[in-house]
Amino acid sequence: MIELREISKRYSTRAGKRTVIDQVSLRVAPGERVGILGRNGAGKSTLIRLISGSELPDSGKIVRSMSVSWPLAFSGGFQGSLTGLDNLRFVCRVYGASHQKALPFVEEFSELGEYLREPVKKYSSGMRARLAFAISMAIEFDCFLIDEVIAVGDARFHDKCNHELFDRRRDRAMILVSHDSHRIREVCTRACVLDAGRLYEFADIDHAFDYYESKQQTTT
Amino acid sequence: MTNHVHREAETTSFRRSLSIQWRVVKALLMREIITRYGRHNIGFAWLFAEPMMFTVGVVILWSLFHDIGASHHISAVAYTLTGYSTVLVWRNTIGRCTLAVEPNQALLFHRNVRVIDLFLSRVILEIGGATLSMLVLMSLFMAAGVIDVPFNVMDMIIAWAMLAWYAAAMGFLIGGLTEFSELVERFWHPIAYFQLPVSGALAMASWLPANVRSVVLLFPTANCVELFRYGYFGDAVKPYYDLGYVAVVNLLLTWSGLAVVAAASRRVEPQ
Repeated sequence: MIELREISKRYSTRAGKRTVIDQVSLRVAPGERVGILGRNGAGKSTLIRLISGSELPDSGKIVRSMSVSWPLAFSGGFQGSLTGLDNLRFVCRVYGASHQKALPFVEEFSELGEYLREPVKKYSSGMRARLAFAISMAIEFDCFLIDEVIAVGDARFHDKCNHELFDRRRDRAMILVSHDSHRIREVCTRACVLDAGRLYEFADIDHAFDYYESKQQTTT
Repeated sequence: MTNHVHREAETTSFRRSLSIQWRVVKALLMREIITRYGRHNIGFAWLFAEPMMFTVGVVILWSLFHDIGASHHISAVAYTLTGYSTVLVWRNTIGRCTLAVEPNQALLFHRNVRVIDLFLSRVILEIGGATLSMLVLMSLFMAAGVIDVPFNVMDMIIAWAMLAWYAAAMGFLIGGLTEFSELVERFWHPIAYFQLPVSGALAMASWLPANVRSVVLLFPTANCVELFRYGYFGDAVKPYYDLGYVAVVNLLLTWSGLAVVAAASRRVEPQ
């Protein structure tokens, strides 16, 4: 179970304090797949970072009784002078996982071949993204956080990612944020809408979409 | 696959937190070593080879051009070695902590990597490097018969430990402050440089007039170097130091350093 209890987050800007997340509460049970819809600037990424714990809320409390991933498929954090393998080792060490066990999967999945042992600065952006996704899948969590749709590489690799995440890990909880309602309809069991920092929960997935669509129409 | 991260309890015990922190700091240490020194030529050995080269250069310069030792009847090489090694501890450690967050900011995406861990790993690496460099040089010079064996190793260890504590606390404080304003980083370098005369490395307190001495001994480093040198030279020198005072200053610095780092980590946003 992950529980957000009235969390708020404010950022300082030149114009003063701006509330990005406003008293958001949410419960995610094991195995649940929650989609969070929101337009650009609605606070989606901030919310994901707060849930992951990489940022702390200014008020409210987050209780995690299941292990939570970092936001996928995030490709930052790779040191250019380190090899793909070094970066895998680092992430495994941080999570107390074995990089020897993870290596065969990462080798196979990333399709980087010899490049896995080359500095990341030599990688193309597609190769980086493949490495990032492979490392993300090398460590298992009870709940995966997914920021936006994983649009990685070509269509075949895209399918591979989808299979790995949504088929092989169908028993896991997931929180997926996106502005794309089709994507969320495809993979989620329940949807919420994040609008101007407030989270609206809906019992029925269609109601969430209706609300989201209506919100979009009123502003465009 | 068995690489599953499990979590049952809602709260984390102190022991478990400690083991997670150590795991993260270790991972950062390995990462930092490979990033900075690479795998080519002597690799990780640069950690102490670099400060060693510095120290050897300074030892040669000082013993050639201003022979402090002879006029005070002590070995110039030993004098410089015991002095300059201590400078490296505080100067490198505090220097490496300035703007330490920015290059590692993306790592904060991993929940267990905290701003304090970035500072801790750098502090450990720099103090470790300076210590190894001092040990290797001392042993080499002693084995070659250039300098004598120390008079009281325990005093030297205590002095070194107090100095390392000071460097770590100042690293947190100055490093944390650079997150609030980059000006701190710009000012720190000249401050560090002009601090040399009061660091205790250049002159022993007993050689100074009483009024100057009382000012120099306000600096914790000077007290540590006095004891370090007393440990090495024994009764050939007359040390002035107050460990109680150093401990109090270090405690205050540690407290404010940790407070500044805590405040800084609330400001930092992962990219």
